[in-house]
Amino acid sequence: MSIDAFHRCTGVAAAMLRPNIDTDAIIPSREMKRVSKVGLGEGLFAGERYLAAETREPSPDFVLNQPEYRDCCILLAGPNFGCGSSREHAVWALKEFGIRAIVAPSFGAIFANNCVRNGLLPVTLAQAQVEDVADWVLDAPANNHVTIDLDLQRLVAGAISVTFEVDAGARQMLLNGLDAIALTQTRWNQIADFDRKRRESHPWLYQQESSMP
Amino acid sequence: MASTLFDKLWNEHLIERQDDHTDLIYIDRIFLHERTGSIALESLEADGRQVFCPEQVFCCMDHIVDTYPGRGDDTTMPSGRDFIVATRSAVAEAGITLFDLGDPRQGIVHVVSPEQGIVQPGVTLVCPDSHTCTQGAFGALAWGIGSSEAEHALVTKSLRVQRPRTMRVRFEGALSPAVSAKDMVLYLIAAFGASGGSGYAIEFAGPAVEALDMEARMTLCNMAVEFSAFTGIIAPDDTTFSYLRGRPYSPTGDALAQAENYWRSLRSDPDAQFGRELVIDCADIEPSVTWGTSPEHCVPISAAVPLSVGSDDPARERALRYMGLAPGQRLSGLAIEAAFIGSCTNARLSDLRAAAKVLRGRRVADGLRAICVPGSMQVRAAAEAEGLDRVFIDAGFEWRESGCSMCFYAGGEHFGYEQRVISTTNRNFESRQGPRTRTHLASPVTVAVSALRGCITDPRDFL
Repeated sequence: MSIDAFHRCTGVAAAMLRPNIDTDAIIPSREMKRVSKVGLGEGLFAGERYLAAETREPSPDFVLNQPEYRDCCILLAGPNFGCGSSREHAVWALKEFGIRAIVAPSFGAIFANNCVRNGLLPVTLAQAQVEDVADWVLDAPANNHVTIDLDLQRLVAGAISVTFEVDAGARQMLLNGLDAIALTQTRWNQIADFDRKRRESHPWLYQQESSMP
Repeated sequence: MASTLFDKLWNEHLIERQDDHTDLIYIDRIFLHERTGSIALESLEADGRQVFCPEQVFCCMDHIVDTYPGRGDDTTMPSGRDFIVATRSAVAEAGITLFDLGDPRQGIVHVVSPEQGIVQPGVTLVCPDSHTCTQGAFGALAWGIGSSEAEHALVTKSLRVQRPRTMRVRFEGALSPAVSAKDMVLYLIAAFGASGGSGYAIEFAGPAVEALDMEARMTLCNMAVEFSAFTGIIAPDDTTFSYLRGRPYSPTGDALAQAENYWRSLRSDPDAQFGRELVIDCADIEPSVTWGTSPEHCVPISAAVPLSVGSDDPARERALRYMGLAPGQRLSGLAIEAAFIGSCTNARLSDLRAAAKVLRGRRVADGLRAICVPGSMQVRAAAEAEGLDRVFIDAGFEWRESGCSMCFYAGGEHFGYEQRVISTTNRNFESRQGPRTRTHLASPVTVAVSALRGCITDPRDFL
């Protein structure tokens, strides 16, 4: 299977800076209607995006409904973004909506992993830096484009230019659009060898199977 | 060099280093459920990939199944049947063990796995469910993953994982009456914040943890994820071993002796160094209740909603507006419309016993909606064997079949608009239990006494 590679992204950024935006908020469980990874974009932030879940009437207060954010591809978020449920639907919904990168002081660990597995870049910056970027964007949201360059590990927003750290493994996966399973399958001999030894050293984990109800 | 329990578990499953931070870790056992398991298995099939070791993979029907007595594949959640049918077919095709509807072992994954003896000390166990950390109570390395990671583990029996840092949280002293493991973990999260454990694998230790039975230890580890930890772990001891003896998947005979011998080595060395150490005096812990929309929004039940501290805080304001509360408002005495006892946090036999003890011979407040959803069908059967079902039903509770139920709203059954619910679950997020439903998290005994009075109530009033 193919994963989208991520090198660079420039565009409109929207700020949702409150802390602890959980994956239930990113996509409510009631929006996960089908046995599928697609068709989830409409459910993104459904709880605050629509005045009523049934009518889908857009809430004018919600940032991503405002016309200047129509082409938003970057989210500026608060601490612990994506905490809570492990649902990967949160990432699938963000991607389908057009979000390519999220900048926050910290992320829910499972969510950050899910991002990397789907070609979405989580960027960790200090809270003050995220707020500075958000302030600059707010002056003219449609025109003040933010650039995130993963090759250079740099975020540029007007006069603001900051570098960010990314785990080396995650960076390689994103830059090359690597499929983690295919990558791990190149280590097959090591895995099979480990598996064989494990069966010898911990036989009780393998003996019971045949007698199971 | 002295090692922590986490180091021992990690290093024992290390296939090879990938880079400075990421290791390829061997996965012993995998759990799936119908909410995401169906998607993962269908995706594998579409990619032409196969499950490497299906005999070490298990699946529970728990997330979106109905819990009404006499339920079938149809669900109050629209399209729930599609998930159930797709999962059943995919696991059968792959050769995975399924705890299906109608099976007396069916229930919530993190209740069923320990009950069956599938989680054991020293194993790595993953599930596409964030509360997999519950099973760390057995001295296993157990953590929640996404669907893509589940596919990876199914196909390669391994995961690429960033090595977390280590933290030890020591609970010193002893718990006061009416204070439970739920209050311990809520206290921890309130004291250090909902992201206080971010980046850490946390070992829970100290005399108060050693004194907990296995079910309470699971409650403590269950909410490690609400503390943003990679996982929670507790060193296995005689309490652990005696719980596991005689379980269907537990070793027997010589294998048991061999296993127990190994299990006893699974503890942090006395001089092991942790990245961070927290110490909590249990004398400071009271029965707790949340007031807001994050588990960190939590206070002792005798306290009030905190007054603003310093500058205005939009997140706090938003939480108060959502919950319909004001700073300084007392929580005790706040009227509730519903009470819920269920979930992987607090729906095991000891939880039901604690609630039943105060419910026995009493009735819930007039008009209050009260629901008990046992954590598994085995918990349900064991409770019925003790007559607890009669206690709940006579008190005015609905007595349900097992599942995740209204721990979260999936589009079907829910607590109504702006209804105030006191709940033994783990998340008080906005709209978690229903559209704009207001959730207060608490222990089973606190939920039970609150149901009786129809308002948030200090369980110590009933001692």
